This record gives sequence, structure tokens and C-alpha cells, in this order.
Amino acid sequence: MLDRRDFVRQLLIDRGDLLVVPGLGSATYDVAAAGDHPLNFYLWGAMGGTAMIGLGLALARPDRRVAVLTGDGDMLMGLGSLATIGVKQPKNLAIVVLDNAHYGETGMQASATKAGVDLVAIALACRFKQASAISRIEETADLRALLHAGDGPILISARIRDEDVPRVLPLRDGHAIKQRFIEALNSP
Amino acid sequence: MAQLNQRCDICNVSAFAPNHEAENSLHTPVNIETSWPDAIYAHFRRVDIRQVGYVPDAGHSRLITLCCDDPNIADVVLTTEEEGVGLVAGAALGGQRAALLMQSSGVGNCINMFSLLRNCGFGCVVLVTMRGEFGEFNPWQVPMGAITEDVLRLSGFLTYRIDSADAVDEIVGAGCDMAFNGNLQVAILLSQRLIGPKVWTR
Repeated sequence: MLDRRDFVRQLLIDRGDLLVVPGLGSATYDVAAAGDHPLNFYLWGAMGGTAMIGLGLALARPDRRVAVLTGDGDMLMGLGSLATIGVKQPKNLAIVVLDNAHYGETGMQASATKAGVDLVAIALACRFKQASAISRIEETADLRALLHAGDGPILISARIRDEDVPRVLPLRDGHAIKQRFIEALNSP
Repeated sequence: MAQLNQRCDICNVSAFAPNHEAENSLHTPVNIETSWPDAIYAHFRRVDIRQVGYVPDAGHSRLITLCCDDPNIADVVLTTEEEGVGLVAGAALGGQRAALLMQSSGVGNCINMFSLLRNCGFGCVVLVTMRGEFGEFNPWQVPMGAITEDVLRLSGFLTYRIDSADAVDEIVGAGCDMAFNGNLQVAILLSQRLIGPKVWTR
């Protein structure tokens, strides 16, 4: 099992011009803890919508790589979006599910993945080009390479420990997060 | 009926497929051949809408076909309307304008996700084909249809309602301009009188 903060920090090393969409709750805190960046579009709400924001962005900017980092709860709420993404086949989109099999923000209630619901199998059934699970930190470098150059759509289920870690709170003003992201994306 | 679209990602299973259409002829509204969807499409081109998310609806079928046939528009068939809200946000982050097509029942599926548009100021045009009003045969459509416009207003949308084909061009044009000049959320309700009631022939 992975330490979520260590894993996300290593995943985003040398991120270059990677566009990152973290899902609400712990994923947003993990990405903030790895180092604030204008090309992070932090979510504080819109549960279930993270992967679709990634799709809209990936379609709009086929010249850039898009990484959605989100929790199992958010991904389960938006399962249908895996089918939608499977239809469009964006080559530049990767989804990394930080899967602790629990709803961390609300008191660690078990999620469907705890019962064995398999997000990797669902992604493959939805025509994702690549989908797999990782649970060892040594695999992070290969995954990082996949985010930057792999043939998408990609889904990775990262098995993280179901532990509570301190919250790291980034910007909350939605207009500011959006504006900062757009300006960074369009700066030369 | 517009010709079968070969580029559509799901054309083999979509409502555009001739055999599907034949099997479901009761889904074809009486006025589908009239030209008002072309006026909407012309405004999509004018304001450079590049992504269109939709859950299919018979009233939108011609507009969907026009969008699918346009290589400059990414047509995204959604499993539920709320996915489209995320799509609009992602498109805007990447510098593209997007529109959503849905039936009135789909508005109810979007309520929490709409907060994304308002909270971040993403411009958006939603075209809503109305059910559950004028001449509705199916009472199960009525509860959502009766509150659709109120739900949109409460969710932060400016709403415009179109009852006749000759008003489509002007209202859709104004709605698109307001949405994208000011990053506002605009919903245009295409009334059941405009679309024609769903025909139940068998």
C-alpha cells in the first residue's frame, strides 16, 4: 500500500507543463501538499465531475497532457464518465484514482471498492487503452512516464493506505483558481 | 431526416442509425424537418462553440446530427447530463466554448454540478427541449417539466423561453452572446409547442 502524500509528490516531480485536475477532498489536499502550481485546477466540490473536466480539457488541448487525480468516491460517483471518455478516446488523458476504499472526508466509511468493485476492470471494459493498479512506491517512476507520454485514455488505481493525513488547503476561490490556470496555460 | 453521420463516434448505436430510427419511429417529433435547429447551429458556428455535450432527445436530433457532422465540433454523448457540466468547465479551462443539449428531465440531474459553473464563472449555453407541458401525453414527464425553468433560475441561470420557430434565431443569438461575453450561464428552453408533442402512434 502506498503513502498517499509520498506517492502524489513523486508522481508530480518534474511535472513540466502537465495539466492537473485534482478531485475534491483529499486529492486536492494531496496535490496542494506536493507543491502549489498554477496548472492545478483544484476542486472543492462538483463531486463526480472530475474526470469529465479532464475530458473537456483534454479535448480542448490535444497538445498538452492532462492528469486527473481523484479519490475512489469521486470516481465511483462519475462511473458513467468512464464510458463517455471511452467513446472519445482522448490520447492525452490519464486518470489516477487514489483508492483507499473509503470516504476519507466524511469519517472513513467503506466505499464500493472496499467490497471488491474493480475500477481497473471497469475502465478496460469502457475501452480505456491502459488500466492497471499499483501498490508499490517503486512503480511511481513508470507511472510518471505514462502520465507524460502514455497512449490514453489511461486509468491507474493507486492503492493507498486508509489513513488520515493533515489537510493542506489551497486556494478556494473558484474564479481565482480558474483565472490563474487559464493565464498559466496561455503564457508563452 | 439528415443523412447518417459517419464520423459520429457511436453512430452504429445512436438514434441516427436508420434501423434504430425505424424501430423507434414513435420517438420522432412531427416538426423535426423544420429549420429551427439549423438556426441554433448557425449561432454555434458564429460564436465558435467547439464542444457539444448531449444526452439524446428527439427534439434535438437534427441539431445533434449537425454538430456530429461538423469536424470543428467535438460531439460528446453523455451517460447523464451532469457529465456535461464538467465538460463545459474543462473546455473553458482549455480555451474552448461548449454548449449542452438536454431534455427538461436532464436539468434535474445537473443541480449540484451546476455550482461548478457559477462558482468559477464558466460561460455556458444549455438548450433544453421541454417535456411535460403543452400537449404532454405522459404524466410522468410533468413533475420535472413543471419546475425546469425554476430549477435553472435557482441554479444561477438566465433563462429564455422559445415558443415559436421564428423567435429561435434572435433568442439563441442573444443567449450565446450573453453567455460568452460575460461568462454567464444561459439556458434556452425550447417549448413543447415549438418542438411538437411526442407522437405516440403505436
